[in-house]
Amino acid sequence: MAEAAKVDPMHQFTIEPMFGTDQWQIAGYNIAFTNSSLWMGIAAVALLIFVAGGMKRELVPGRWQMAVEGFTGFIDNLLAANIGPAGKKYVPYIFSLFMFILFANVLGLMPLGLVGVHPFTFTSHFTATGVLAVMSFAIVLIVGFWKHKLHFFSLFIPHGTPLVMIPLIFAIELVSFLVRPFSLGLRLFVAMMAGHVLLEVLSGFVINGFNAGLGIGPVVSVLSFVLMIAICALEILVAGIQAYVFALLTSLYLNDAENLH
Amino acid sequence: MPQIAQLAETWSSQIFWMLIFFGFIFFVIGRGMVPKVMATVETRDRQIASDLAAAEAARAAADAEEEAWRAQANRQRAEAQALIAKAKLEAAKASETRLAKANAKLDAKLAEAEDQIAQARSGALKEIEKVAAEAAGDIVARVAGGLKVDAKAATAAVKEALNG
Repeated sequence: MAEAAKVDPMHQFTIEPMFGTDQWQIAGYNIAFTNSSLWMGIAAVALLIFVAGGMKRELVPGRWQMAVEGFTGFIDNLLAANIGPAGKKYVPYIFSLFMFILFANVLGLMPLGLVGVHPFTFTSHFTATGVLAVMSFAIVLIVGFWKHKLHFFSLFIPHGTPLVMIPLIFAIELVSFLVRPFSLGLRLFVAMMAGHVLLEVLSGFVINGFNAGLGIGPVVSVLSFVLMIAICALEILVAGIQAYVFALLTSLYLNDAENLH
Repeated sequence: MPQIAQLAETWSSQIFWMLIFFGFIFFVIGRGMVPKVMATVETRDRQIASDLAAAEAARAAADAEEEAWRAQANRQRAEAQALIAKAKLEAAKASETRLAKANAKLDAKLAEAEDQIAQARSGALKEIEKVAAEAAGDIVARVAGGLKVDAKAATAAVKEALNG
């Protein structure tokens, strides 16, 4: 009983190599296909199917086309509101970012364990979210220096800063700017991991409570289960919000690069 | 925490597959399909805007047409009114002249008839005078017995009695 009841809330994040572990390499770096890669692929294919379903290009849209156009319109509005007319060219990137993260988060929450498949949330790995964060940050840097050359550094000196304060403010703003890719990647990774760990811990309570026999155990189990239901709803919300936050912050950073202040 | 425990063995694979799949999504979906979806939306918006503009133009044209029609109707009504007034006036004039003519004719007839009546009356009076004079003469002759009354005197006496 004791071994069966042991629940490791971290085990769900383990990356399991599927194939190519030993032989797939690029310049000595291992690129094995893992369950994480598999779920990235599933998210990509699901997104492809979703968007392809909205490609009927009818004048009067059906439900599916309406949904896809809703998402593109949402991203379009987001960029128009945060960057202005210059934001139009970032729609493909922000759309890809938002939808990829959204699909990854939601797919990771699917109750597929009931049919014996273990969903893997690759957005709970900072190696994955870090790639997206660094990519967004790199685009901000490239666009910023491309458009404004060295004038881009004026981003770190807000208007109306007293002359004596400029070196200090510059240093502070520079640090806060350089922290952006970390905060961007870590926020998503932490939010997704925390939610999944919480659900796993609570489900451990449910199992252990019933295994403890009569007494306070089942009470804890039932309470934990009710809490789990509520937290599942919260996690679905968080899945959407974190994707939105990632897209929103990227568009705000792009606004800095496009328009400085 | 597998994220850190497995970092050394998995980071390269994670980054590689992330780039592959995100690259696929960005180039195939983001660059390939999203612009088409947005073009569809834009086409629809433009179509709706142009349809609305066409409807607005048609409404304005209909309004102008109605205005023109109303003006024409008003003008025609005024013309008809004038025509009616003129016809009325003419009819009134015509009937007046005809009435006057008939009146004059009637007056003439009346005068003639009165004339005739007057003549007949005076004729009758004379006859009565004559008859009365004769009767007076006869009455006197019979009453007085053989007294002959002069016809002239009798006539004068009758005249006096009649007119006096």
